[in-house]
Amino acid sequence: MSGSTDRRATADVPTLLIVEQLLNGLQFGLMLFLLAAGLTLVFGVMDMINLAHGSLYMVGAFVAAWLVSITGSFVAGVLGAIVLTALLGMLLETTLLRTLYARDHLSQVLATFALILILNDGVKMVFGTDLPLSAPDALAGPVQLLPGLSYPAYRLLILGVGLAISGLMYALVAKTRLGALVRAGAANRVMTEAMGIDVRRLFTMVFGIGAGLCALAGALLGPLLAVQVGMGENILILAFVVIVIGGIGSIRGALIGSILVGCVDTLGRTLLQHVLREFLPPQWASAAGPAMASIAVYVFMAVVLALRPQGLFPARA
Amino acid sequence: MTLERAQLRLIVPVAVIAALALPWLMHALGASFYVSMAGRVLVYAIAATSLNLVLGYGGMVSFGHAAFVGLGAYVTGVMISEGVLSGAAHLAATLLLCGVAAALIGAISLRTRGVYFIMITLAFAQMLFYLANSIKGYGGDEGLNIRARSAIGFGLDLKDPTTFYYVALAVLAVCLWALARFVPSRLGRAVLAIRDDEQRAEALGFATFQLRWLVFVVAGMVAGIAGALSVNQQGYVSPNVLHWTASGTLMVMVILGGVATLWGGVVGAAVLLLLQEVLSAYTPHWEFWTGWVLLAVVLFARQGLAGLLRHGDAR
Amino acid sequence: MNAPLLQVHQLHKRFGGVIATDGVDLQVASGEVHALIGPNGAGKTTLVAQLAGQLAPDAGRIVFDGADITAWSAHQRARRGLARSFQITRLFRSFTVLEHIALALQASAGSSFGAWSPLSRERALWQRARAQLQALGLDESADAFVDALSHGQRRALEVGMALAAAPRLVLLDEPMAGMGPDESARMEALIAQLAQRTTVLLIEHDVDAVFRLAHRVSVLVSGRIIASATPAEVRRDAQVIGAYLGQE
Repeated sequence: MSGSTDRRATADVPTLLIVEQLLNGLQFGLMLFLLAAGLTLVFGVMDMINLAHGSLYMVGAFVAAWLVSITGSFVAGVLGAIVLTALLGMLLETTLLRTLYARDHLSQVLATFALILILNDGVKMVFGTDLPLSAPDALAGPVQLLPGLSYPAYRLLILGVGLAISGLMYALVAKTRLGALVRAGAANRVMTEAMGIDVRRLFTMVFGIGAGLCALAGALLGPLLAVQVGMGENILILAFVVIVIGGIGSIRGALIGSILVGCVDTLGRTLLQHVLREFLPPQWASAAGPAMASIAVYVFMAVVLALRPQGLFPARA
Repeated sequence: MTLERAQLRLIVPVAVIAALALPWLMHALGASFYVSMAGRVLVYAIAATSLNLVLGYGGMVSFGHAAFVGLGAYVTGVMISEGVLSGAAHLAATLLLCGVAAALIGAISLRTRGVYFIMITLAFAQMLFYLANSIKGYGGDEGLNIRARSAIGFGLDLKDPTTFYYVALAVLAVCLWALARFVPSRLGRAVLAIRDDEQRAEALGFATFQLRWLVFVVAGMVAGIAGALSVNQQGYVSPNVLHWTASGTLMVMVILGGVATLWGGVVGAAVLLLLQEVLSAYTPHWEFWTGWVLLAVVLFARQGLAGLLRHGDAR
Repeated sequence: MNAPLLQVHQLHKRFGGVIATDGVDLQVASGEVHALIGPNGAGKTTLVAQLAGQLAPDAGRIVFDGADITAWSAHQRARRGLARSFQITRLFRSFTVLEHIALALQASAGSSFGAWSPLSRERALWQRARAQLQALGLDESADAFVDALSHGQRRALEVGMALAAAPRLVLLDEPMAGMGPDESARMEALIAQLAQRTTVLLIEHDVDAVFRLAHRVSVLVSGRIIASATPAEVRRDAQVIGAYLGQE
C-alpha cells in the first residue's frame, strides 16, 4: 500500500483530510487559547512567569472527571470544575502569588515550579494518577458536515464553546471597563496604579478568570487527551509558545497565535507524514513525522521571533 | 543567618576532606549504596555549576540547558553502543558536538532578550528532545541502554561506584577551580558588568555579544561533560534528560543553592537530591514535600542557601 | 585647520510617520567643546543614539577620526575613542566605585577574553583608576557600592567612566541633569578641565552653562540643525530665538 502511487487517490484524500485536520487544528487552537489568554494576561499585567498554569488545567480536568463520576452530568462536571478551579486560583493568588509580583523572574520560576510539584502530587494523593472522563453520550456520534466528511459531534461542541468564549473574551477586553483596566495594566502597570485603580482586586480577578479558563479547557479536552497527572506540562509549553508568538499581554495575539499553533501542530502531524511517506520508508516516516511536527511549532516560533521580535501584536510599547 | 568568617574558613576544608573520605566512610558503615548516590549528586553538581555560570554570572536565563547535558549523554551513549569505547574519544566528541550546538543555539538565541530568550532556548531544547524521542535506532522514547563504559585508562573501571565517584569529584574540582579563576579575571568582570547593565557595558567598549556567547558555549560544553558522566553512571540515557522539566530542575538547583556563588550549583544539587532521597524513604509523595521546602526557600531565603552562608557580601 | 574629528553627513531617521532626524549635518573640530542644544522633542535623544551606535540611521554617514563608523557597533566606537555618558545614570550595582573606573579602563585596552589572571594583578590599571577617582573627587567613596552615593556623586561617576580611558571625543548627554547648584558647578569645572585634554560634544539643557563652556554651539530643531556658530552668534540668531520662544 505504501508503494502505491495512484495519483488520483493521493490527490483526493488530502482535500477532505485537510479540511478535517483544519477543523481539528482550529479546535485544539481554541482550547490552547483558553490557556494562553490567562497566561498572557498574568504575564502582561502582573509581569509574572507562572509555570503552574498548566497545573490549573490539570486540576480542572480532574475535578471535572470526578464531578461527572458522582453527578452523572457532563455539564455539571464542567461548570463545577470551572468554579472550583477559579476559586483555587484566587486562593493561590491572594496567599502566595501576590508576594511574587515584586520578585525577580527567577524567584517566580522557582516558586511556581515548586507549585507544580505540590499540585501534581496533591492531585495524585486526592484522585490517583488518572481518572476516566468521556464525552457525554448525546455527543458520542459523528455529524455529517459535508458529503464525505463526517466529524465527531463532541469536537463540534468544543469548537462551538471555543468560539463563544473567544467572542466573550474579546468583548470583555475590548468593550468593558474591566477589559480597559486590564489592557491599561498590561501596557503600563505603574500608571494604572498611579491612577488609583485597586490593582490588587484586579489581579485576583484576572487570575481567577485565567484559572477558570484553564479548567474549561482541561474539562473539555479531557475525553480526547486523557486525564492524567502531568498533563499540564506539555500543554504549558505550547501556551508559552503561543503568547510569545502572539505578543505578551495581547488577547488578540493569544487568539491568533493559538489558532496558528494549533493548526501548524495538527496539520504538521498528519500532512508531514503523508509527505514523508512519498520519500522515506514507512517506519521512518511514521517515526519522523510526529517528531518533525512537534519541532515545526518551535521552528514556526523562531521564524516569527526573527521577523517580529516582540511577537505579532505586542501590548507593551 | 550569616556565619562568621572564621567559621566559614573552617567549613570549606572540612567539606573537602569529607568529600574525599566519603566512599571509605560509607563502605565502613556498610552503606555502600550511598557511594553511587553521591556520584549522582556530583554529576548534577557539575551540570548545575555550568548553569550557574551562564545564568548566575552571565545573567542569561537559559531554560534549555538540559539539552546540552542530554547531548553529551547521547553522544557518549551512542558511541559506546557502536563499540567506540575510548574515553578520550568520548570527551572529544562531547566537547565538539556540545560546543558546536551551543555555538549555533547561542548565536541565534543571544540576539533576543528577557522572556524571548527564555522561550527560544526552551524551544531549541524541546527540538532536541523530540529528535531524541524519534531516533528508534538508539532507543527512541524508551531510552538507550549501554553495557560498557568509557575507558579512561589507568586500569580504572567506571562501573565501580567508588572509582566513578572519584573521577566525578576530580571533574567537579577542576570546574570549581576554573570558575574561581574566572570570576576575578578580565572575562569574569566583563561578564558581570554585562549582567548588571548590558548597554552600559557595551558603551564602555566591551564586545557584549561575543563575551556572552563565549560563556554560553563554555557552559554548554561543561554541561555536556556532565551528561557524558551521567550515562556512564546510569548505564542508560533517555529523552527525559532533555525535557524542559529537566532544565527546570537544574534551574531550581542553582536558585536553591545560590545564584552567582561558587558553591551554588553544588549546594543546590546536593540539597535537592538528598531531600528527594530522604523524603522518598518516608513517603511516596516526596515531590509534594519537596515543593513546600522549595517554596519556603523562595519566600524566606532570598539569596538561596549558599547566600545564607555568605558573610555580608553586598553582591 | 585639519579635518574635523567628527563629521556627520545628512543623517536621516524616521519612526513610522515621525521624522526624528531630518538631514543632520554636524562638524566637531578636534579639541573644541561643541554644544548641542534644542527645545524638547527636537530629536536630541535620537541623534545621540545614532552617534553612539545604539541606533542605526536610515541614511547618512558618520565619520570619526577619519573612519566611516556609520555601521559600527557601540563597543567598536568606544574602542576607537568615541566615549559617551548617559542622560539617566547607569551604573553597575555589583561593583564598587573604584571598580567602575577599572572596568572602563579594562574595556578600553586589552582583550577581555582572558579568564586566567585576576584583574587585581594589573597594578598599573588600578593606579590609573585611583588617580581618576581623585580627579573626580570620589576617592573617599572608592570602596562603596553605588547605592551609597548621592545623586551628584553618581552623575560624576557616570561621566567619569566615559572619561576614564582618555577618549578622543566624549559625548556627554545632559551631564548636569538633576543636579543642584553646587554639584552643577563642580561638573562644569570638570568639563572645563576636560576640554583641555579631549574633544567634547555636550548635549545640555542648561543654556547658560553651555554658553560659558562651549566654543561652538549647534541648535537642533525638529530634527534639523538650524544654526551652528559661536555662542555669541547663536544667541543673536533670530531663528533660534524664534524656535525657543515658540516653545514657551
